[in-house]
Amino acid sequence: MAITKRSSTALAAHRFEYEPAPEAIDHVSIAPRYGLFIGGKFVEPRSGKWFPTINPATEEPLSEVAEALKADVDRAVVAAASAQESWGRLKPSRRARYIFRISRLLQERSRELAVVESLDGGKPIKESRDVDVPLAAAHFFYYAGWADKLEWAFPNRRPRPVGVCGQIIPWNFPLLMLAWKIAPALAAGNAVVLKPAETTPLTALLFAEICQQADLPPGVVNIITGAGKTGSLLVTHPDVKKVAFTGSTEVGKLIQKAVAGTGKHLSLELGGKAANIVFDDAPLDQAVEGIINGIFFNQGHVCCAGSRLLVQESVAELLLAKLRDRVDTLRVGDPLDKNTDVGAINSRAQLEKIQGLVESGLEEGADIYQPPCELPAKGFWFPPTIFTNVSQSHRIAREEIFGPVLSVLTFRTPAEAVEKANNTPYGLSAGVWTEKGSRILWMTERLRAGVVWANTYNRFDPTSPFGGYKESGFGREGGLHGLLPYLGLN
Amino acid sequence: MAPRLDVRKTYKLFVNGEFVRSESGRAYRPVAGVNVPRASRKDLRDAVRAARTAFDGWAGRTAMNRGQVLYRAAEMLDGRRQQFIQELGGGKPAGREVDAAVEALVWYAGWTDKLAQVAGTVNPVAGPYFNFTIPEPTGVVGVVATETPALAGLVRGIAPALAGGNVVVALASESKPLPALTLAEVLATSDFPPGVVNVLTGQRKELLPWLAAHMDVNAIDAAGCTAEELAAVQEAAAGNVKRVVAHRNGELSPSAVTDLMEMKTVWHPIGT
Repeated sequence: MAITKRSSTALAAHRFEYEPAPEAIDHVSIAPRYGLFIGGKFVEPRSGKWFPTINPATEEPLSEVAEALKADVDRAVVAAASAQESWGRLKPSRRARYIFRISRLLQERSRELAVVESLDGGKPIKESRDVDVPLAAAHFFYYAGWADKLEWAFPNRRPRPVGVCGQIIPWNFPLLMLAWKIAPALAAGNAVVLKPAETTPLTALLFAEICQQADLPPGVVNIITGAGKTGSLLVTHPDVKKVAFTGSTEVGKLIQKAVAGTGKHLSLELGGKAANIVFDDAPLDQAVEGIINGIFFNQGHVCCAGSRLLVQESVAELLLAKLRDRVDTLRVGDPLDKNTDVGAINSRAQLEKIQGLVESGLEEGADIYQPPCELPAKGFWFPPTIFTNVSQSHRIAREEIFGPVLSVLTFRTPAEAVEKANNTPYGLSAGVWTEKGSRILWMTERLRAGVVWANTYNRFDPTSPFGGYKESGFGREGGLHGLLPYLGLN
Repeated sequence: MAPRLDVRKTYKLFVNGEFVRSESGRAYRPVAGVNVPRASRKDLRDAVRAARTAFDGWAGRTAMNRGQVLYRAAEMLDGRRQQFIQELGGGKPAGREVDAAVEALVWYAGWTDKLAQVAGTVNPVAGPYFNFTIPEPTGVVGVVATETPALAGLVRGIAPALAGGNVVVALASESKPLPALTLAEVLATSDFPPGVVNVLTGQRKELLPWLAAHMDVNAIDAAGCTAEELAAVQEAAAGNVKRVVAHRNGELSPSAVTDLMEMKTVWHPIGT
């Protein structure tokens, strides 16, 4: 063990130098201004209001988008409602063809979408290029195939569309979350009004162009931009029959309250505080990669991030040494550099939230480790952070930080690991690292979480249902189960 | 010869496998001459605590075992058919209602070990992983029974919840509580571990808001709620993101089970 430790320390001491490897952006054009996408056309907002969207890595404005208020939301819902009937009655195989077209167009325009995603949201280009955009296209491809097979998915039932869907998505995976929302809704025969997050509206607006390119019937997909007020108007609109929301548990609860008594269908994909559990027999180097991927992927702006590391006491010291060495090698900086591991924090507000929670960790007595790394002068940045000596009552062990901050706790027995892992109001995801197959199954049976990764972390696939237990929400996205929130079953 | 003198039953709440009086000491008389316990907020809290304690054990039973226990409840209920008919007011409709309750128990008993095969999936992900999704119980379920049918409505609420491995705190029909408390005697002799199913009687307006807002209740079957009650339950449920189900009109459906279940997806790498 000592030998392993020495050699990895020696490796970490050798700092690799990287030349800049910037992604080309000359093939991308962002319009100075985007209207609302309603009834198949971009229209000026009746609110007359616009707001900027900025690049969080530079704080430079990228474009200006419309703020949809009451008259605009109404107009979008009316457009969706008038498209609903014909889309719902369209021959299912034709619906499938439109969705297949969309999937192909996403693939064809993949690099453009990846670049815009990284510009607007701050995520490293290697993630938007290799994860977000391909998964979004795959999601449409998967659900396209379901459109004309719904009767086989639910034998003995008569699946029917639920009606106009109001969908609100977060800023952490803008295009991918759009795909998770729109693909199953369209396959099930619903028309949608989707609101992207106010800090990351651009790929949704490019998606609107893709709907035009696909000749999707007008009104089947409507994209409205705005912030919380716009979302609230959409959720409470009487002609919206189904509400789907991905975002914080706090807002999710407000939405659940707002739709109470209305008879609207609801699905919620909310926060998390996942335990990533490492046993002493785990392949530690592999586990370290999984821990890094679990918490630093997408700057930790991931609802299922492995933000609580539970490590068995007997290997804690060794694992933490390896983890610190590995964190030292992470490259933080320009999201459009192909070598970047950790990009920009999505917004100033999110940066302040992360800073506040990190301060609480220090005040409550946890020990902090941050690798030496130079952060750019402009933009929103936060270094990868590891807290040790964390107790279960600390805010950093209980609250979702949604940033590159890992809280480390230890355990002795499998039962204690389960107890600690489940000691949270959330239940979205968990990870287990051990070489023992029967223990994996024992653990995964007991973890109260909707997605459990064994000896891996943060894997996603259109065929694989995703969603939480407890206060992480209800309903599933992905897979056959992902159709259910969008169908009525007689 | 003197006429036979009945030994009358004292109706009690069913909490943690025991027949208990309401801690409040109160009663109400929805049926002439019969005192029915009027459960309090504290009785509700005790019932939720008992249910939570029983959850791991019941959820951890094999599906086959849960099916056997539910089937035994059907046997016990069928054996007391005449008593229930009498408590429901006698006549053919009462007989049909008891039969419907027995049928629900038998039907859901048969679902316990088939659900994962019907509602679960193996997911062909694009990578070297064995990935599957299985239904798991959501936890403590509050069942709000319909006012009528008082017996069949209650059974159609608790049977699917229990079949899925959940534990139950049931609020009985307020106007017709007797069949629910007698059903508790059926449940008590069917090998359910203590706390797995709890039955409370009393006033809906005294209990429902606390059930809906309880932070350790995971889901509510609101079949017996009025539209106003349902809206209030849904609003209070947001406090801890409870699942609220409120449909079904009495039909038997595997959705009644899966609506009170969570889908868990597990990824296993494939490698040497």
